[in-house]
Amino acid sequence: MKIPFVYNLRSIGQRPVSTAMTALGVSLVVAVFVAMLALANGFRAALVKTGSPGNVIVLRRGAASEMESGISRESERLIAADPRIATGADGRPLVSPEVFVVINIPRAVGEGVNNVVARGVNDEAFAVRNIHIVAGRKFESGRSEIIIGKKIVPRFAHTAIGDTLRFATRDWLVVGHFEAGGSALESEVWGENEQFMPVFRGEVFQSVILRLTDPAAFDDLKRALEGDQRLTVQAQRESAFYAGQSTVLTRILTFLAVMITSVMAVGAVFGAVNTMYAAVSSRTPEIAVLLTLGFPPRSVLASFLAESAAIAFLGGVAGGLLALPINGIVTSTTNWNSFSEVAFAFRVTPGLLVGGVIFAVVMGVVGGFFPAWRAARLQVVQALR
Amino acid sequence: MKLLPLVLANLRRHRLRTLLTTLGVALATFLFASLRSVVTTLNAGAEVASASRMGVQNATAIVFPLPLSYRERLAAVPGVAAVTWANWFGGLYGDGKTFFAQFAVDPETYLAMYPEISVPPGQKEAFLHERTAALVGKGLMEKVGWRLGQDVTIRGTIYPGDWTFTIRAVYTPTVRAMDDRSFLFHYDYLYERTDHRATPGWYALQLSDPSHAASVAQTIDAMFRNSSAPTKTMTEKAFNQSFVTMWGNVQFLMNSIGMAVVFAILMVTANAMMMTARERTGEVAVLKTIGFTDRTLFGLVMAEASVVTLSGAVLGLGGAKLLYAGTGFNGFGFLPGFDVTPATLALGFGITLLLAVASGIVPALRAARLSIVQALRHVE
Repeated sequence: MKIPFVYNLRSIGQRPVSTAMTALGVSLVVAVFVAMLALANGFRAALVKTGSPGNVIVLRRGAASEMESGISRESERLIAADPRIATGADGRPLVSPEVFVVINIPRAVGEGVNNVVARGVNDEAFAVRNIHIVAGRKFESGRSEIIIGKKIVPRFAHTAIGDTLRFATRDWLVVGHFEAGGSALESEVWGENEQFMPVFRGEVFQSVILRLTDPAAFDDLKRALEGDQRLTVQAQRESAFYAGQSTVLTRILTFLAVMITSVMAVGAVFGAVNTMYAAVSSRTPEIAVLLTLGFPPRSVLASFLAESAAIAFLGGVAGGLLALPINGIVTSTTNWNSFSEVAFAFRVTPGLLVGGVIFAVVMGVVGGFFPAWRAARLQVVQALR
Repeated sequence: MKLLPLVLANLRRHRLRTLLTTLGVALATFLFASLRSVVTTLNAGAEVASASRMGVQNATAIVFPLPLSYRERLAAVPGVAAVTWANWFGGLYGDGKTFFAQFAVDPETYLAMYPEISVPPGQKEAFLHERTAALVGKGLMEKVGWRLGQDVTIRGTIYPGDWTFTIRAVYTPTVRAMDDRSFLFHYDYLYERTDHRATPGWYALQLSDPSHAASVAQTIDAMFRNSSAPTKTMTEKAFNQSFVTMWGNVQFLMNSIGMAVVFAILMVTANAMMMTARERTGEVAVLKTIGFTDRTLFGLVMAEASVVTLSGAVLGLGGAKLLYAGTGFNGFGFLPGFDVTPATLALGFGITLLLAVASGIVPALRAARLSIVQALRHVE
């Protein structure tokens, strides 16, 4: 025989302040939990989104990042001739030989400079990487023109259209802003590879990005390129390459989130224990009556556990709501593989919110267990005396 | 003071509640101290930076080198007392999972510029006189388990090939915030093996007078503005700070979490105090009847809240201090010299006092304002 849940809800209503405080304690833990994981999530999402499984990134053999890599023009021509590469609307292969450098540009607010990726690309890159111009236009071939990823436009000075940004001993005219589906590319400065090549590292590309006609052909392509005696390159799926760059930082953030919130959770559980013990002791006669009426101790245990879980559930929902406004807020950190700034948005996903509520309910059940146990084992005679 | 036994007796009535609330405060202050120390440790790196040293890097980015010919021109700038240079080697050791920083440095001038790098005299001689010798931080020696005199092979990524060095000296930093896990070797060796391709990554300058830092920086940057490698000159402090900001807004993140922790524990302690006060309504009325003043009753509740929160803080803050000092925690190498500073402890106790007031004030006021007649009627 179950004790109706309404009994618990009414009891909770009897002591609104105590309930609210316990729930608030839980909600703050859940808010921190959700917020920190949203940070880790956002960072990973930005980097993972950067790579598409249908794209392949070719680097010099042994290079762990684009920064360490180098690919000559001859190698690039050999790679671009592979028949597995898709062709664009204009009939040219979807291959983008890229110049990759990290430059210092001044911040918009305050002093100091930050490292930002400058990427020299060709016209095909827009199709290969799925880039859209959101304001202005593309850079024109042969000119000192650049376009800027939309995430870093507000973060750095001289990035508005028509402004001039100075780096590598030349002035570059900003002609457009671009969007790349929220990926890390939106934290980059793009110009033409032929313009970037002479001012940075000379006659060498850092990477070649290509689009496959069929993503399944990756293994064949990899074997062909890596087996070619004329080339010393390695091919990776672009998605795997960028996912790899996010693992270390994501792991650190997740570790921190779990550490901090578990310590906080212990504190919140203590709060729940206090509340439930007080509830049990102030309702001793009621519990005795319930037992006398024939409700088995099992039901009393379940009833008090449910009450504790309900309070924590309220806290979990409130915590999710508290954390919700940070969704979409843009922050930045450094991609330590390229030593460059990556701007990304906090990402509060439905899964994360559900996780937060489950976490809260677990706290409630753990905190409610011993008080509920005491309630279930009350001696009717003693309690009523 | 003579009422202290009463306060303690009250606390003993709900032993479990008192214990849990105290432990809750302990956990919260422990977390607070840990989070705060991340911020202070990161900033300490910038704080200990010498005001009389400056760094010169390529204006485009630090990954681009500067010509070797700059050393004479930099040395000739008025106000510059000494010049040294270094290069980031970026090699991998073993399976590549043991990461540590390797720098190619000009040994004599580098050690002269950084007296914080303390090396036993005999070992220093050995390091200076052998071309392929390496100078390794004490922390790194212990982490990897190397011995003095051992050969170590590092696989170059920026400068390809296998590079073998002999460990001839071990350094111990004299300031806590300095990294003790670096690997230093002779720049000349790198320069020659790369056919003079590896020009300096950056220069470090010793100023004769720190107050001239701004004008020296201006002179240098103006001197190279129209060369093939324009420079950016900044103080060591600014350089270290820009490195700290690269992590992102750590300070804001840590402070926000710290605030959330403090508020969460405020809820727990305030709730405990309110429950306690509510259960004792009748008693308070009796105490008032036998002559306790409103002020004394207010004080009794506040004292109870203070005892709980302060003993929690002693446990939490003291625990953090001892734990981190005892284990030599350094954030897996990311936070050298991790330390709970006295300022952090003071701040922690300050917050605890606020916590005591905030959690005790409502029940204390209620006790002080309680009307005897109402209260005694209430409990039948």
